[in-house]
Amino acid sequence: MTKPTVDWFALTPSLSLLAGASLALLGAVLVPVVARRLFAAVGAALGFVAAGVWAGLLYSETPNASLEVSDAITRDRFGALAQIVIAGAGLLAIGISYGHRTRAEHVGEYYALLAAAGAGMVFLVQANDLMTLFLGLEWFSICLYILCAIEIDLVSSLEAGLKYLVVGSFGSAVLLFGSALVYGATGELEFGAIARELENQGLLNDGLVLAGLAMILAGLGFKASAAPFHMWTPDVYEGAPTPVTAFMSAATKAVALVLALRVLVTAFPGEQELWTIAVAVIACVSLAVGNVAALVQRNLKRMLAYSSVSHAGFMLIAVAANNELGGRALLYYLIPYGAASLGAFGVVAARERELGERVTIDNVAGMGWERPLLGVAMWIFMLAFAGLPLTGGFVGKFYVFAAAYDAGLWWLVLAGVIATAISLYYYLAVIRALYMRMPDVQLAPAGGSPPREAVLQGTVLTCMAIAIGSFFAVQPLIDVAEKATAQLPF
Amino acid sequence: MNEWLTTILILLPLGAALVVWLLPLSSQAAGSLALLAALAEVGIWINALTRFDFDAAGIQFDRQQTWFDDLGVSYHVGVSSLSLWLIGMAVVVMAAAIAYAFWTGRDRPRAYFGLMLFLTGAVVGVFSAQDLLLFYVFFEAMLIPLYVLVGVWGGAGRLTATIKFVIYTMAGSLLMLAAIVVYGLSEGTFDLVEGADSDNAWVFLGFVAAFAVKAPLFPLHGWLPDAYRESSPEVAAVLSGVVSKAAGYGFLAIAIAKFEEPAQDLQPLLLGLAAVGLVYGSIVAFRAPDVRGVIAYSSLAQMSLITIGLFALNDLGSTGAVLQMVNHGFLSAALFLIAGVIERRAATGDFARLGGMARGRPALATVLMTTGVIALAVPGSTAFAGEFLILAGAFDEGWGWAVVGGVAIVLAAMYMLRLISAVLHQQVGTSVPDEALDLRPGELAVIVPLVASLLALSVWPAAITDHLSF
Repeated sequence: MTKPTVDWFALTPSLSLLAGASLALLGAVLVPVVARRLFAAVGAALGFVAAGVWAGLLYSETPNASLEVSDAITRDRFGALAQIVIAGAGLLAIGISYGHRTRAEHVGEYYALLAAAGAGMVFLVQANDLMTLFLGLEWFSICLYILCAIEIDLVSSLEAGLKYLVVGSFGSAVLLFGSALVYGATGELEFGAIARELENQGLLNDGLVLAGLAMILAGLGFKASAAPFHMWTPDVYEGAPTPVTAFMSAATKAVALVLALRVLVTAFPGEQELWTIAVAVIACVSLAVGNVAALVQRNLKRMLAYSSVSHAGFMLIAVAANNELGGRALLYYLIPYGAASLGAFGVVAARERELGERVTIDNVAGMGWERPLLGVAMWIFMLAFAGLPLTGGFVGKFYVFAAAYDAGLWWLVLAGVIATAISLYYYLAVIRALYMRMPDVQLAPAGGSPPREAVLQGTVLTCMAIAIGSFFAVQPLIDVAEKATAQLPF
Repeated sequence: MNEWLTTILILLPLGAALVVWLLPLSSQAAGSLALLAALAEVGIWINALTRFDFDAAGIQFDRQQTWFDDLGVSYHVGVSSLSLWLIGMAVVVMAAAIAYAFWTGRDRPRAYFGLMLFLTGAVVGVFSAQDLLLFYVFFEAMLIPLYVLVGVWGGAGRLTATIKFVIYTMAGSLLMLAAIVVYGLSEGTFDLVEGADSDNAWVFLGFVAAFAVKAPLFPLHGWLPDAYRESSPEVAAVLSGVVSKAAGYGFLAIAIAKFEEPAQDLQPLLLGLAAVGLVYGSIVAFRAPDVRGVIAYSSLAQMSLITIGLFALNDLGSTGAVLQMVNHGFLSAALFLIAGVIERRAATGDFARLGGMARGRPALATVLMTTGVIALAVPGSTAFAGEFLILAGAFDEGWGWAVVGGVAIVLAAMYMLRLISAVLHQQVGTSVPDEALDLRPGELAVIVPLVASLLALSVWPAAITDHLSF
């Protein structure tokens, strides 16, 4: 057996994030307590920056996709672009985390785990066989299980961690079982080889393969929190520390959806008649469940959790389109969605720190006038979620609808339109609370005015700039996404 | 210069809005700056009017810049003669509304005036967008400031009003978005100038849904009474005067222009809805218990009449409809602002507690009489010219439509005269204090230009009708 040649360049994003994680961990041991938080945060942030830069280089230096490390990973622009998105999400999540009330003795681990989760994600989006797929998935999931439960003095945080662990492990197990079935039927692990064997051995209607495909889809559905695999989402999003929720809502979803598209088009092109319908149905269910459930939420984090389920539905429409336009739509959609999601949870985090209690629709009443920057930012994020113009969310939805129509799935366009109309009710309810209601009782922040959190406000401002900027800079973003999706075998 | 003119018209108020929002201006400074920007906008429009070549057909002052090329979407703006007149009406009414708000004073002035300016930019954008997606962007961008303007500065029932308004409007607009996607992808471009005719009736109906809610047409007018009653007078003026015209413009420039065959096929449906709305609106206006109720439902009736003109699908009807759109913009804006000054004095708009206001208030009486008499389309007024052309156009499509229109004009006389007499004449109302003064110079300065525009058009309606090409 020959040793595989390793393309270290293709692995640089993962490696730099692991280095960032190590730096943060070293800080936990070597740096005095006063500087530990800053050191760990900067270490992890450097990891994310380096990963983003390396992914950018990888993007520009990879005019043609290639398989590396014994065909276990793909080096292509599609993966590199997703890595840039993840790196950006991680960096913003660190901005939201920085002022968070993390216990001093755990601050090093917190940032180390965040960077390690990022490393798993950037590794996963390059996966090209079922082993690396599972490895990457577990890698970042285990980090996230711990991150959810890191506030060990809060019962809700522990509960969230446990729930995520149990349900997430179940999802991973389903995915693993599905992988085993596919491997059993085809004798191959590598995505391209699976597609070839399915064709050569005439296995397209094989029960084993179809069951395996369904289980892989379900396993990824758990991670993307698409209905009906979303049951964990509201509880975990609500209970986990808000910065962790922010990171999960943007990055985990991005990874799972990007990977779903990659697996489906590279390993199962022969089954496309089946999986496009399956994905379309999951998309519709997600839209229905997410939007209807969000209507009745009073807790903002829960509402945003259900909204994230519905956005998984929108992005799955792009996957179901199964064309280059759909790939572009997915990659574009991730940018305003990720920014709005991180930003919205950032605003929730800010309010949480100010009031010292859970943030509901009622206790943000009048906040828009008291805290102009956060208020306007939240307004913009809600518009971006609802897909209203002057935010990238509008262009994202437009692209998704265009992709679906282009693929002949006009009924998905209609489903998306109806879902958007319903979603307006709860997104506008937030704006209504921020600006049109006054608090019944003056919610005096405990201990006087909160300190100005420049880092958090800067992060929210950045998210706002991305949400609006992506509306105006569609052409450059689409050009980049176009080159990335061109390397997928549609 | 010419190619930038439309862009300047759009960006000037948007830029001014940003300045008002971001700079820590005092209340006075914010208001004056907003008013100055609105007046500058009128100035630029007059400049555009003098440069416009009415002998040439098609779009002028146009500028095209790719937005994203893979789907053929671009920032393409320009004005046709139709949009030129509507923009003119819009900028004048917006300036009047901003001046009225400045005169009255509003809480949180920076936010308020910024939103009004933003709305101005969005409205001009709607009338000048030559790309369907861009049109949609501006169409939706109008909604965002309106939502807040009604929801924050409105009356007691404002929250219900905003929810109804937004849900109705967005349901229509989203159907239009779906229609735009289908039209654009099947034509290969979203450009209105390049895009060919389509015979897809579903797509046509998607557009119609959005415009029918915005106008509104019967039976999609559920949001109208609440929104017009609960918003502040100048916002109601803008809603009924300017924003509803986006629907008329959309009907003419998109639904009818690009979907000749479906428009022809579905003509009876639309004429029927408009006829019902016309009679229904007129009757409810006659029975309405307050000033704003009359104006709100008369607005429903007037928009229905305009729709009859548009869907007569002939030049006569369209010309009348455009003239009447401009007329009604000035008319309903003037009427809502007058309703505002009445409410300021009597603290109510209920007819039961109003009356006798003409005594000792000659200016108010004159302004209201003049506006009301023009609104009921007295011969010689510009509204008469507009309605006459609409009826003439409708007559070509069947005398029945013209009869309905004729009946409605009689009803219009009834509700307008009732409004005038209930406010100005009869017994002095219980809510009309003696010390409530006549119109102040500031109020006159806002309302008189609107009335003067109406009088000028009455003298020379051909200014518009002879300078239109479809």
